[in-house]
Amino acid sequence: MADKVWIIPALPALSFLLTLAFGKRTPGKGHFFGLAAVGIAFVLSLVTAGQWLARDTAHDAVGGLDDVPAQCATAVHSVAEEEAGAAHEATSNHGASRPTVAAEGEGEGEHFTRPVVRCVDWFTSGDVKFTAGTIVDGQSVMMLVVVTLISLLVHVFSTDYVHGDRRYTHYFAFLSLFTASMLFFVLSDNLLQMIVGWELVGVCSFALIGHWWEEKPNSDAALKAFLTNRVGDMGLLVGAVILFFAGGQRFHVLDINALANSGKISHTLLLIASCCLIAAVMSKSGQFILHTWLPDAMAGPTPVSALIHAATMVVAGIYMVARLYPVFFHGLSIGGSSINLLAVVGSVTGLFGALLGFVQSDIKKTLAYSTVSQLGFMVAALGVGAWTAAMFHLFTHAFFKACLFLGAGSLSHACHHSFNMVDDMGGLRKIMPKTFATYVIAMLSLAGFPLVTAGFWSKDEILAGTGGMNDANGTYYFVLVMLLLGAFCTAAYMTRTVWYAFFGEFRGHGHPHESGPRITIPLIVLSVLAVVAGFVNLPEYFSFLPESALLRFEHAIEPVGVFFPGHGQGFTHAGFNPVLATIATLIGFAGIGLTWAFYTGKLKVLEGLAGRNKLAGLGKRILVNKYYLDWLYTDVITGFVKGPLARATYWVNQNVLDGIVNGAGKGAVGTGRWVYDKIDQTVVDGSVNGIAGLAGATGGGLRKAQSGRVQEYAALFFAAAALLAGVIVVAVGS
Amino acid sequence: MDKYNWALPVVTFLPLAGALVMMLLPKEEEQLHKAIALLTSLATLAVGVFVFLQFDYGNGHFQFLVDRSWIEVINSRFIMGIDGLSLPLFGLTLAVVPLVIIYSWNHIPDPGNPKAFLALMLILETGMIGSFVAEDLILFFVFFEIVLLPMYFMIGVWGGPERKYASIKFFVYTLFGSALMILSFLALYQHAHTFDMRQLRELSATIAHGTQLLIFGGMFVGFGIKVPMFPFHTWLPDAHTQAPTQGSVILAAVLLKLGTYGFVRIAINILPEAAKSWAPVIAVLAVIGIIYGALGCLAQTDMKRLIAFSSVAHMGFVMLGIATLTRHGINAAMFGMVAHGLITGMLFFVAGSVKDRFHTLEIKRLGGMLIQMPKMGWILGFASMASLGLPGLAGFWGEFPAILSAYSPAAGLSVGLFRTLMVIASLGTVLAAGYLLWLYQRTAFGTPPEEFADDPHVHDVVLTEWIAWAPFLLGIVVFGVAPGLMFNVTETALKALNLGW
Repeated sequence: MADKVWIIPALPALSFLLTLAFGKRTPGKGHFFGLAAVGIAFVLSLVTAGQWLARDTAHDAVGGLDDVPAQCATAVHSVAEEEAGAAHEATSNHGASRPTVAAEGEGEGEHFTRPVVRCVDWFTSGDVKFTAGTIVDGQSVMMLVVVTLISLLVHVFSTDYVHGDRRYTHYFAFLSLFTASMLFFVLSDNLLQMIVGWELVGVCSFALIGHWWEEKPNSDAALKAFLTNRVGDMGLLVGAVILFFAGGQRFHVLDINALANSGKISHTLLLIASCCLIAAVMSKSGQFILHTWLPDAMAGPTPVSALIHAATMVVAGIYMVARLYPVFFHGLSIGGSSINLLAVVGSVTGLFGALLGFVQSDIKKTLAYSTVSQLGFMVAALGVGAWTAAMFHLFTHAFFKACLFLGAGSLSHACHHSFNMVDDMGGLRKIMPKTFATYVIAMLSLAGFPLVTAGFWSKDEILAGTGGMNDANGTYYFVLVMLLLGAFCTAAYMTRTVWYAFFGEFRGHGHPHESGPRITIPLIVLSVLAVVAGFVNLPEYFSFLPESALLRFEHAIEPVGVFFPGHGQGFTHAGFNPVLATIATLIGFAGIGLTWAFYTGKLKVLEGLAGRNKLAGLGKRILVNKYYLDWLYTDVITGFVKGPLARATYWVNQNVLDGIVNGAGKGAVGTGRWVYDKIDQTVVDGSVNGIAGLAGATGGGLRKAQSGRVQEYAALFFAAAALLAGVIVVAVGS
Repeated sequence: MDKYNWALPVVTFLPLAGALVMMLLPKEEEQLHKAIALLTSLATLAVGVFVFLQFDYGNGHFQFLVDRSWIEVINSRFIMGIDGLSLPLFGLTLAVVPLVIIYSWNHIPDPGNPKAFLALMLILETGMIGSFVAEDLILFFVFFEIVLLPMYFMIGVWGGPERKYASIKFFVYTLFGSALMILSFLALYQHAHTFDMRQLRELSATIAHGTQLLIFGGMFVGFGIKVPMFPFHTWLPDAHTQAPTQGSVILAAVLLKLGTYGFVRIAINILPEAAKSWAPVIAVLAVIGIIYGALGCLAQTDMKRLIAFSSVAHMGFVMLGIATLTRHGINAAMFGMVAHGLITGMLFFVAGSVKDRFHTLEIKRLGGMLIQMPKMGWILGFASMASLGLPGLAGFWGEFPAILSAYSPAAGLSVGLFRTLMVIASLGTVLAAGYLLWLYQRTAFGTPPEEFADDPHVHDVVLTEWIAWAPFLLGIVVFGVAPGLMFNVTETALKALNLGW
């Protein structure tokens, strides 16, 4: 399967076309092809994953590259050979008898992960063969499973939730296209293809956010999402171009990674490229200060929010950084450092996003800010060198956040399509027990309830990875503090949503009821995964467990080879730290407890604090206004470009540039008349006659339709041209 | 390969013959004229397909070469040939003209008279094809000028309310450029005593650098006006806005490319050293055009004028690619020409059909197109996405590789300047998304405005439109997915040209 993996994105792509063409005529009026395609894609992804796990532990002789054809990625082979040669030299100098890297690896019990790359020629330009291909490795396999699984659950959920929608067929068509684009992105083996996938998922996001485009706020949100992402995409384009040339005109990720890793690309270039790419991450993965589109994106249907704006598309930025990790690791000097751009962006987002979760009355917006914040955790993890922790958190987050979003959808389904938890919900735990149970499980996972939830394990790995309290790639105290504060806020605002939605009295209208099985079954599946997904990467600290149960995720997912930073370059893994885990747990409990006390009226001190205390009031105002970023972008920047700047440009165009043209035209006609009257008839009659006659003949034809000015112009210009020609002929000839 | 040396003259003059036949028939036979025009253009296309089939794609040199004596007194020869640089534009022209004629089947603009309208279009076709296959400067110039008149009449007779001003501006402005261009050609002749493009590069190498710069300057203005490059672009929005739909489509799809093609085929090919000196100027103007065109778009209140301004921005990317003087850049430029032809041509078609139905293109009076005419709305959305450079569609391959090429321009050009320009140009992609999506939001999203809500004239895409548009839509996807179809062809030709940078 690994070498025919292109079938997996091709299936939903086909489903997109079929749904558009015949969707209305199929049973169910639209979801048929999508469900079938994504279902098969999920099974194939599982097969691929199974094959990957089976091959993962194997050793091989050429640096793990026996399944990477040289026509797809040349540089990675030459780098591997060079390093093998160097190792050979080193070992022979020491009189040892291990000739190859593989043998050495064997000796030390180290194994290579062996990516499977397949490619075809795409086009040639400037002597460079551009290929299109797929890469199967731990990272892409993990994403394949996550994307197809959540997409499948969302498809099932949607058949009920979006039932009877005015554009049911289009909805499923775009779900298919999104799934195809995301899978295409995930499987891309080169940067150019990643750009394609990256933008295609953006278009699907645009179409689905604006699904109900009759209402202007929805289409505004869609545009905002697309345009904000385009701003970041500038960084992606420029960063990709830099890496392309830095690696000797190569787009293949393994090539770029191997070259970056071996020090063949200058540190400056890597640094600039990383910074450019971080801009792209900031927009796509909703990082502060380009996150503002993501909460607005909740204007789309809820299952879309779950699939695209929480579990999959928004992690594309994380995925891209992980894919090109050597570039960032070396460019930002992550190992052994204590601060860098990626870490700052991630940790600031982790906290500032979480703070915004407090002031929302819309449950989906709270969850959206939570997504922003959790994506910040992942970016921070990458920033501190905790690669596996970031991937692991991406993995667990996909489940519990999708569960939360779909849970919110289930709530709204019962409450007249309202998402206002403050005004229209309350007391729903008894009426909607399944939704309640699954929501609380996912919420606890997000809040990091110790030992039994997935979120606990993945978040703890990130916190440990900061190196604030143990050995890791560096000592990122700032990140550790920000993320701990973020974790506190997360626990608190999530408790707030539970309180508003499920406790107290029902404040809405009508009679809410539990949703049907097509909604609750996906919720149950996801809530189970929100628990068990954490056990796939139990830390080595728990050595009383069998070794085969520990760090399964890390061993299966993390690349090892010349295309990934190794121990020699300062890339290490942080171990489990019981003290840190306890602190994090206590902080989480404190968040939950304090919020609970506040809402049950046991914390009178805080009530109305924003009204009494000026500083608290200011803080609240800043949060309610979302740090005034929307105002800055929409009113100030966009307003200026669309309004005064565009108008001024156009004014210049019409009055200055066109003024010159019109003035020249008028002047020419005037001069022409004068020349004709005063000079032509007397002075240069003979010499110009021929040309004027020719132009006149042309002009005569025009006169029937037109005013007759043209031949004047024409005569004049030809005359001028003839004169100038004479001048130049003399000049050149002499 | 000279086995088929009849092919290019036949393709070139077949439309002219069709136009002559039409001249002889009475103008009342409207259907007959349409049929003759269509058949002629299809026959031309058929010969063109033959050329495509017989073309040796591994060979970068001229094929189907004809070389006959023509105007002996100035040693101008009748030379026609086709290589990988001409082929895409040649194909584009052959495909676009019949489609435009099909569209004209029930869209003859006021004041009618299909005989004259379609005959002009066929004459136009001869001029366009001739320009792309001529390998003699005088022959090229003749075809280049032939193009001018039919388009002038199309705008001047079948155009909108401001057609007089727009058509004269178009005509005179372009003629002004032509005058300087022919000057440059004459100057070259003065030195080399030939107009044969194939020989001129070698022969021009000995011209003094200062003179080369002057000669290049003349071509620069001539072609630059045609492209059009900032600041010579002001004829374009007027011409496009006033031209009938068919005129706009041909103008956007093919005519503008005469300028960019001229740069590649003539200016930089014959005078590579002068090109190097001029390249920074071209690049700066190109990038100004990108940003300036985009800002101009944002200020527009008329849909067609907006699309016209977007051409300034898009052609900026093409010129940026050319100015890098690298194969990456020129490949991107060639791709950008065809992509812009398909995409902007498509947008003008939609604008024309919207105008037919609503009798206005004022953006603020439109809305809810997706409700009233869902298919038209989809097509507009698709073409807008293509125009903003969405990867997977054709527009991307003109834009991103141009940006890419600017990172590493030809040796001797200022890397710092070009990299700065690269970043600014990439800002243009953001602005492009802005003006196109705002256009789309205002015209397609929302609900139909009251004044048109029950208008019986408003109907969805009709058959002739489908037939005319389908190849455009298909082309946008096919070239978007398989850019190699074009890159490989232009790459082979550029390699053979061996520009030496």
